[in-house]
Amino acid sequence: MNTPAAPAAATGGRRGPLAAARSVLRFLRSPSGRALLSLALVMLLGFIFNADGAFLSWDTHRDMLRQVSVCGILACGMTLVIITAGIDLSVGSVLGLVAVLFSLVTIRWGWSPVLAVPACLLIGAAGGAVSGAIVAGFAIQPFIATLAMMVFARGLAKFVSGGQKISTAVPQADGTYQYVEIPEIFNQVSAKVLHDNVAVVTLILLACVLACGVLLARLRWGRYLYAIGGNEEAARLSGIPVAGTKILAYSLSGLFCAVAGICQAAQELQGDPEAGSTYELSAIAIVVIGGTSLRGGRGGMLLTLLGVLTIGYLEKILSINAVGEASRLMLTGAIIVGAVWFQRSRK
Amino acid sequence: MTMAGTTLQAEVPGTPGEPLLTMRGMRKAFAGTVALDEVDFDLRAGEVHVLAGENGAGKSTLIKVLAGVYQPDAGEMRVAGRPVRFGSPHQAGAHGIAAIHQEMSLVGPMTVADNIFLGRELTTVGWTATRRQRTAARELLGQLGLDLDPTRPVESYPIAVQQLIEIAKALTGAARILIMDEPTSALTDPEVERLFALIDSLKARGCGIVYISHKMEEIYRVADRITVLRDGHRIGTAPREGLPPPELVRWMIGRDLGQQFPRRSVPGGAERLSVQGLTVPHRLRGLPPVVDRVSLQVRAGEILGLAGLQGSGASELLHGVFGSLGPLPEGRVLLDGRAVTIRSPGEALRHGLALLTADRKSSGIVPGMSLLHNVTLAALPRFSPGGWLRPGLEAEAGHRHCRELRVRAASVGQDVAELSGGNQQKALLARWQTTQPRVFLLDEPTRGIDVGAKADVYDLMNRWTEAGAALVLITSEMPELLAMADRILVLHRGRVAACFPRAEATQDRILRAAMGESESAP
Repeated sequence: MNTPAAPAAATGGRRGPLAAARSVLRFLRSPSGRALLSLALVMLLGFIFNADGAFLSWDTHRDMLRQVSVCGILACGMTLVIITAGIDLSVGSVLGLVAVLFSLVTIRWGWSPVLAVPACLLIGAAGGAVSGAIVAGFAIQPFIATLAMMVFARGLAKFVSGGQKISTAVPQADGTYQYVEIPEIFNQVSAKVLHDNVAVVTLILLACVLACGVLLARLRWGRYLYAIGGNEEAARLSGIPVAGTKILAYSLSGLFCAVAGICQAAQELQGDPEAGSTYELSAIAIVVIGGTSLRGGRGGMLLTLLGVLTIGYLEKILSINAVGEASRLMLTGAIIVGAVWFQRSRK
Repeated sequence: MTMAGTTLQAEVPGTPGEPLLTMRGMRKAFAGTVALDEVDFDLRAGEVHVLAGENGAGKSTLIKVLAGVYQPDAGEMRVAGRPVRFGSPHQAGAHGIAAIHQEMSLVGPMTVADNIFLGRELTTVGWTATRRQRTAARELLGQLGLDLDPTRPVESYPIAVQQLIEIAKALTGAARILIMDEPTSALTDPEVERLFALIDSLKARGCGIVYISHKMEEIYRVADRITVLRDGHRIGTAPREGLPPPELVRWMIGRDLGQQFPRRSVPGGAERLSVQGLTVPHRLRGLPPVVDRVSLQVRAGEILGLAGLQGSGASELLHGVFGSLGPLPEGRVLLDGRAVTIRSPGEALRHGLALLTADRKSSGIVPGMSLLHNVTLAALPRFSPGGWLRPGLEAEAGHRHCRELRVRAASVGQDVAELSGGNQQKALLARWQTTQPRVFLLDEPTRGIDVGAKADVYDLMNRWTEAGAALVLITSEMPELLAMADRILVLHRGRVAACFPRAEATQDRILRAAMGESESAP
């Protein structure tokens, strides 16, 4: 339709209460408005079921933010991949692999973090690059390619660790354990700062969200991600390096897995080869509940940030109300469907 | 529901002239925008009633109301004299209304028979009667003059055949009112003839047909009556004889269009693009190449027309030159006399080539992205020095090109998928203009767009040639080809069959060459 939109009020002209109400309504219909509304509903639940005021204390919010950070970091990379109409199922396994490697090189081999952190980031990015190359080079569906990577990385994590958790308890030849000092980097990453009010991992999450946001909104490659997800053939015919862009997306996803893996190891004070299993599902849930479309081409980091908060608060509210794990899982499943349906139906 | 009949002999009541359908005062608004305003429409048994108008005039909305896709806000609808109200396409179908959609509604991997009976399966106590469906499908297709294997997947047939299957599907339910929305857009001339023959036989049986087309020739070929919509209003209804083409155009766009094809010839410059012995192999090994050692030259300021029937290889030739088919085994491309290697669209772009593809939906627009971002997509490096986007630069260029091409949108931030077909097409032309190419390869640049937009596209082609660009044009509309092309190269089965300067080209000579009759040596 070419008719100029009927309410011209939002762009200027008379600003009355009516016009303001209309622009609020328009915002609530936009994807970010809808994501914000879901978050508000979840928080409302928190205020109602506040577990004798526990929900009103900042400590609860701080802990929620800390607990959701690792999955939130995974969701950053996942957002990039999903915008290209892909999916990355390997994030949990790559997280586990990096957690093991990081613990191994710092605790057992005594590497300096200056060396260990970049090495781990590189390994994560390389894992993602392999997934990306399989997707782009062999035209294998992202679901299959990253499913294979998910299995492979988990296997590699178990191979590297010998199936054992890599902790400060070092097994000796005679079957006893010798305890070593935990490297300082573990404490630094798992610490809380600003008078104990914010966890370091939460700051790392925010940095990741910001970096992805800048990539998507301000860099040429970010635009390429949207174009490929929206119409890959059109993108290719517009001269966009489709294969390279896809490899970049999966590499970045791998990079964020590595960041999350280091955070996970630091918080657990060990490298568990089983770490991060099913985290890929949480990461996908965060992205989808934010409103980024699984069909690709639509979405963004603001939505994912809102998704992180929604999922984080949901789990926190259930746990402070001492809902048992079984009911918690069932309720989470139902609420995810409800929230996504709620967003769609308001179109 | 029982099957009234699976063949064309389905019971079709009604004598010619009897009103099958009347719509009075139809109104429909979307989010404050009025798409239909007090529109009347009626259809008699045995007639083809053409619905004409520019994109966005309300034609699609009207037929979607008729087909039960949309519910009208106001208005009365009667089928065979009885008032009706459709809550769903299924209910419309139960009243004998069948729609053949512009976008196909076939399921590719399913067989022809399964597609034809989709949702109306022939069953024996709940089980699909596969064999009975096959026989019935074969019979039905035979009546349309199609000899197809009902057990093959639909996607294994060319698009044109799929469109005819779509029509067959619409005819399974005893339809009395058929809606055809640009049914010929993917058909070749012989197939169009077959469709028209089919329409004649449907008319003879007392069916009424609502027909939408943007092609003038076709409208005057098929119409009994014509109703014109503009901006959601009914401008008028007239019998075909009572509405000569200039008058029809004036009804549609509300002003005189002037000359329909205002080609302004430009004195030919130096040779800009030269293709020598280009060969595009068939995707399946062992089959003859799709494009077989084709050579062509285009000078600066010239429009070279490419003509050919379905399977002539014209589109593939453009894609081959543009590098979208990857490196090719044979052939050279010279730009301004210098040999260039083009192995990908990216390289073609850097050499100053632009390709507008025939299918703007599948390979043109990026839905979900704004008009602005669609326009700047191919020239993005120019607006992002060092990889950082410069929104100011981008918006400035986007605004300029959209204004120049008269793209109509609420704002450049609007989702391109919400624009009308003509405006989407202009957005794509703007995308290529933004890259400032030396050579434009245009595959069906006016397909499915309205007359007003077409005139804008012709004007743009003139301006491009005046600025010294070379154009290669594929169009299935013969008058357009004859008027706009300075030279016409005719392809037949991947080879050059003939080449005519505009003065010597006639529809007859082009068609004969395209069908492989050798008249003059290439």
